[in-house]
Amino acid sequence: MLGLIAGVAVAIDGRPALADDSLTFDELYGKVSVLGLEFSQKVKSLAGQEVRMRGFMAPPLKAEAAFFVLTEIPMALCPFCSSDSDWPDNIVVVYLGEKQTFVPPGQTIEVRGTLEVGSWTDPETGFVSLLRLRSSQFYAV
Amino acid sequence: MRTLLATLFATTVLAHAAQAADVYPIDRATILAGSPFDFKVELKGAVKAEDIKVTVNGQDYKAALGAEAAYVAMEKGKEDKELGSALLLRNAIIGVPGSYKVEVTAGGETKTVTWDVFATAEQPKVKNVIFLLGDGLSVAHRTAARIMSKGMTEGKANGRLNMDDLERMAFIGTSATNSIDTDSANTMSAYMTGHKTVINAVGVYGDRTPDSLDDPRVETIAEALRRQTQKSIGLVTTSEIEDATPAAVVSHTRNRNDKAEIVGMIYDVKPEVILGGGSAYFLGKETPGSKRKDNQDYIKLFQEAGYALATDKTELANAPADGKLLGLFHTGNMDVTLDREFLKKGTAEKFPGQPGLVDMTKTALDRLSKNEDGFFLMVEGASIDKMSHPLDMERAVVETIEFDQAVGVAREFAKNNPDTLVVVTGDHTHGVSLLGIIDDTVEGKEGRDKVKTGASAGFPNYTDENKDGYPDKIDASRRLAMFVSNFPDYYETFSPKLDGPFEPAVKNEKDEYVANEAYKDMPGAVLRVGILPKDESTGQHTVDDVVLQSEGPGSEGFRGYMEQSDVYRVLVDALALGVKQTN
Repeated sequence: MLGLIAGVAVAIDGRPALADDSLTFDELYGKVSVLGLEFSQKVKSLAGQEVRMRGFMAPPLKAEAAFFVLTEIPMALCPFCSSDSDWPDNIVVVYLGEKQTFVPPGQTIEVRGTLEVGSWTDPETGFVSLLRLRSSQFYAV
Repeated sequence: MRTLLATLFATTVLAHAAQAADVYPIDRATILAGSPFDFKVELKGAVKAEDIKVTVNGQDYKAALGAEAAYVAMEKGKEDKELGSALLLRNAIIGVPGSYKVEVTAGGETKTVTWDVFATAEQPKVKNVIFLLGDGLSVAHRTAARIMSKGMTEGKANGRLNMDDLERMAFIGTSATNSIDTDSANTMSAYMTGHKTVINAVGVYGDRTPDSLDDPRVETIAEALRRQTQKSIGLVTTSEIEDATPAAVVSHTRNRNDKAEIVGMIYDVKPEVILGGGSAYFLGKETPGSKRKDNQDYIKLFQEAGYALATDKTELANAPADGKLLGLFHTGNMDVTLDREFLKKGTAEKFPGQPGLVDMTKTALDRLSKNEDGFFLMVEGASIDKMSHPLDMERAVVETIEFDQAVGVAREFAKNNPDTLVVVTGDHTHGVSLLGIIDDTVEGKEGRDKVKTGASAGFPNYTDENKDGYPDKIDASRRLAMFVSNFPDYYETFSPKLDGPFEPAVKNEKDEYVANEAYKDMPGAVLRVGILPKDESTGQHTVDDVVLQSEGPGSEGFRGYMEQSDVYRVLVDALALGVKQTN
């Protein structure tokens, strides 16, 4: 509800946030093709800045992982494809600033974190991601 | 206490003495004479090289297998766990057909296996083989496709599927070497090598070491074709091209998820026609959308190797008529027919130019048939399985109709080119079954009130006004009642999923799959409590036999009950792959 107030929204930590720092899954890529995706202008312009995204939390691949995957829809991965390779293209990896409690898969969450753009391999798990939110926190909406 | 310990010790020693070594290829393996295979002996304990004795038909193994195996003093497992000593000989070859008894004695360990090394006909019976695999294709898929596509009046089908008139058939057992239940990797690998293996493996026996790429290899049909003939090879699928089924034609790994490596193995064999999805594994990792973990650009490598590239159906139609062709139409699995052609759901809008299986099959046949030496073409209807897993029966049946239309293209080619063997089969079944009718005209609070069986079922009212073989409306008011025998917790809605493929269950914070609440409030939805463990997200493969059908020279080899590994023997016999056919 907070995010829906026109023009200015109040973020969870009380700091005011401009509405255009919100990013949706549809806005991640400008071009989708067999030969690769291109980040959208909005993603490029928000790189390095704090943004808000809404989506669903997919369970980490490993319990001790420092991140979770934010997906557009609640995900069920097939039993024969348990690696990062089988995630859809438009996922965002979320690294939390501080540990937070896991939420159920059908629960929409809003994540706030610093947008990092470009291919990066998680050193602990080998999970390759293109978009990340760093120092993030989330809450259920 | 001392006595007890002594007894325990004695028991342990005895148990150790009785331990059997593992030998690959395994007992009762069938091996094409002259085909290279890796021979491996895995011992349970540490045994010195000089204490290992291996004979083949009573003689020292080196003579029979052509070389000396490398000795490994101690194989290591995860966290450096000691697994035992081993012998490994890559590319062993037995040229003379017959029964080969392999006896291993090492310390207290013994093992005896017998291999059937077989020859083929001297003369090929066919020039071309078209091998069409409906992934997960079960009897109910066929029945539903026939009824949905052709209709039924007074209990008789109003038309026939292309599959329905294939001349010969066999029941195929699909079990893996380590489980009665199977997967696409193991079965396609057995079809394409003649060796059954473990779940998730292609072109190898599964050994005990953690590395998935070092397992004992067996020759694939593509490699045999390259070794003995100048035939062309084609791979066509609606899944990622590096998915298990197409992978099994050309590659070797214990783990079908080694998709980046599988692309490299496809590149090594260089099939003349490659059509499917899965471009993400062809792109270097710096390219957004890539799923590789290195920067290898396989699109470029294939182009440098002389391949024309097509990324949508226009480019496919306009590709240069001659030469090799790489067609990749999706970063992942291609959208299913119902979404691609009719509902425009899934990722159909993101990848609007995806061709269907029929067009891809036609293109492949046009190009491959230019080779005077003939060809081997594998065509996979991949998403019969990919939609049966999530219990999305309407999508699975529409995929079956599309697959059958590709079968029609293959049969038409065979009619004009009678030196062609056509094989149509599945690789495992799903627990799918047709029950009767779901009748929307029945008033009821729950969807189950609309399920009509027995005399009250009558017939469905699908129509096909434009005669494209597909029902005009998938959500006909009287439609097939199709259910799956095994499932996680899910909401049964008794209706087709018009907004995109079904996602029956999602994972919760306890790592358990629970019913996806998104379907809870759909009209008539009821919760079905699963019968599978909570770590299973979808319906599972079933153990029932698969029906294989065939026509053309050599198809007489298919009859009765056969193991999926026996199918290879019929294929290579028809092609006479035991005999060198190049000058």
